[in-house]
Amino acid sequence: MRTIALVAGAVFKESVRDRVPYSMVAFAVLLIAASYLISQLTAGQDLKIIKDLGLAAISWFGLAIAIFIGIGLVSKEVERRSVYALLSKPITRGQFILGKYAGLVFTLVVNLSAMTVAFAAVLAYVDAVTAAGVKAGWPAPALDPRLLVAVVLTIAELMIVTAIALFFSTFSSPLLAALLTFGLWVAGHFNQDFRNFEVVLDVAPAVWLGRALYFLLPNLASFNLRAEVVHGIDVPARAVLLSLAYAAVYISILLVASVAVFRRRDFK
Amino acid sequence: MAAAVGSRQAGVRPSNARLLAALPLLFAAVVGLQVMRDRDRRPYEPPASALWFRSGDAVKRMALGFDNVLADLYWMRAVVYYGGQRLQTTATPNYDLLDPLLDLVTTLDPRFNVAYRFGAIFLAEAYPNGPGRPDLAIALLQRGIERTGRWEYMHDIGFIHYWWLREFPKAAEWFERAAEVPGSPAWLKPLAATTLAVGGDRRSSRLMWQQLLESSDSEWLRGNAEFRLKQLDAMDLIDSLNVAAEQHAARLGRVAQSWQTLAPALGLRGVPLDPAGVPLVINPTTGRIGLAADSPLQPLPDEPPPASAPAPARPQL
Repeated sequence: MRTIALVAGAVFKESVRDRVPYSMVAFAVLLIAASYLISQLTAGQDLKIIKDLGLAAISWFGLAIAIFIGIGLVSKEVERRSVYALLSKPITRGQFILGKYAGLVFTLVVNLSAMTVAFAAVLAYVDAVTAAGVKAGWPAPALDPRLLVAVVLTIAELMIVTAIALFFSTFSSPLLAALLTFGLWVAGHFNQDFRNFEVVLDVAPAVWLGRALYFLLPNLASFNLRAEVVHGIDVPARAVLLSLAYAAVYISILLVASVAVFRRRDFK
Repeated sequence: MAAAVGSRQAGVRPSNARLLAALPLLFAAVVGLQVMRDRDRRPYEPPASALWFRSGDAVKRMALGFDNVLADLYWMRAVVYYGGQRLQTTATPNYDLLDPLLDLVTTLDPRFNVAYRFGAIFLAEAYPNGPGRPDLAIALLQRGIERTGRWEYMHDIGFIHYWWLREFPKAAEWFERAAEVPGSPAWLKPLAATTLAVGGDRRSSRLMWQQLLESSDSEWLRGNAEFRLKQLDAMDLIDSLNVAAEQHAARLGRVAQSWQTLAPALGLRGVPLDPAGVPLVINPTTGRIGLAADSPLQPLPDEPPPASAPAPARPQL
């Protein structure tokens, strides 16, 4: 466990030195702040637009951080040949992979927390400058605690994306890993269509293939509760817990697969 | 080159002073060129806007979970499109894309309250201030009722039947339906009764706008309600002045042709102003008092009644 923590710490320090996450967070904070101005362009429901844009910015930039850092986690070490030095130390390949993953997830959580604080600051400002009469018409308060549920589920979704990026990083180049990860993220949002494939195609094998893909590919659409939260609709705790459990199991599958692939790699 | 290498070798960094000095000059040049480019050529603007995707379901799939953000963007486009067409100076503004845009917005975010309510107002507005399509406005609100069951949309349908279509029994029926929704305000029941009893009466119009003014959380809707209430005030004022002017004409045997003669006769200190602060005018031929042509309250809703207003070249949505 200590070894995993040491690798994770090294990944976090490296990502702090790397300026990519900083610029991503800076762009996200700018977009979140600009959402206040953008909402002025519309007639009514300014708060909804601020919340929509804020949550989307957290998700977009979180995704970019997860993919751009995740794809290089292992392949960079191999390219730089630093993996030889690392693996010659008392560290197993499994600990190396888990440490890398934990480090990136920690980086992701820190960055997303910074974006969430900026988002909360904009919402607090809107709340402070809005008249009580207007606030009475809001479906949910500006600083609605339910927004945190959406952020937590976004983090869970991005943890799956990170695990996917890490998995591809164990055996392919960064570019290919980025394309495959992004492709799987897109497929993960079309997942519901695979389940209802019979609606578009009346061919039994295709329908079964669709069903198989539905269960095989990550179902990322169910992590999106942004619309419900923005409109102040209560989200059942059971649904949130089931999504978190699904994320934990799916991440475990990906990490086990990553360790299995990495253990078989020959670095001679 | 040799000197630069020499200075680097000596451990002295080359000075950036010249490069930094060049930057403002280059910026000045780029600004100048941009001004020249702007003078030279206006960007092409197509005569009619295009909407690439009309199927809300297809766009929803392509949104990859960011449906709400896309709905916001299409909503902003709908507002800008409506405003742009309304403000344009050509005689025949074209509102063809308004309904498809609103359909996209509400398919992407079926709970986008303001898109239903404002969208219906935009669609129902008489041509040329809007497309003059209360039927599409009602269809939009009915989709909203199917998706959310909100009483506000039932109230708005009643309102369209009342204000634009002059179908008072139908308006009352919708107010009644809205009143039956749990959580709806208590004033809907009396509104339904008043509409049924004295539909078309100015008092019921005033009651409806007053309720909208007091109940709406939207600044835009409240502004619209205030404007309509001012119009109703102006109509009351004009009516009372016309009655007094007719009595004066009957006494004198001729109509007053200007305020110079009429104002002292009616006991007024000066020319009366409409609720927007613009002086009222007298038609010198008929002696009728009315709004000035440049009053922001023009046109008053009953001049002519919207349901029978001839629609110049109304586009099909």
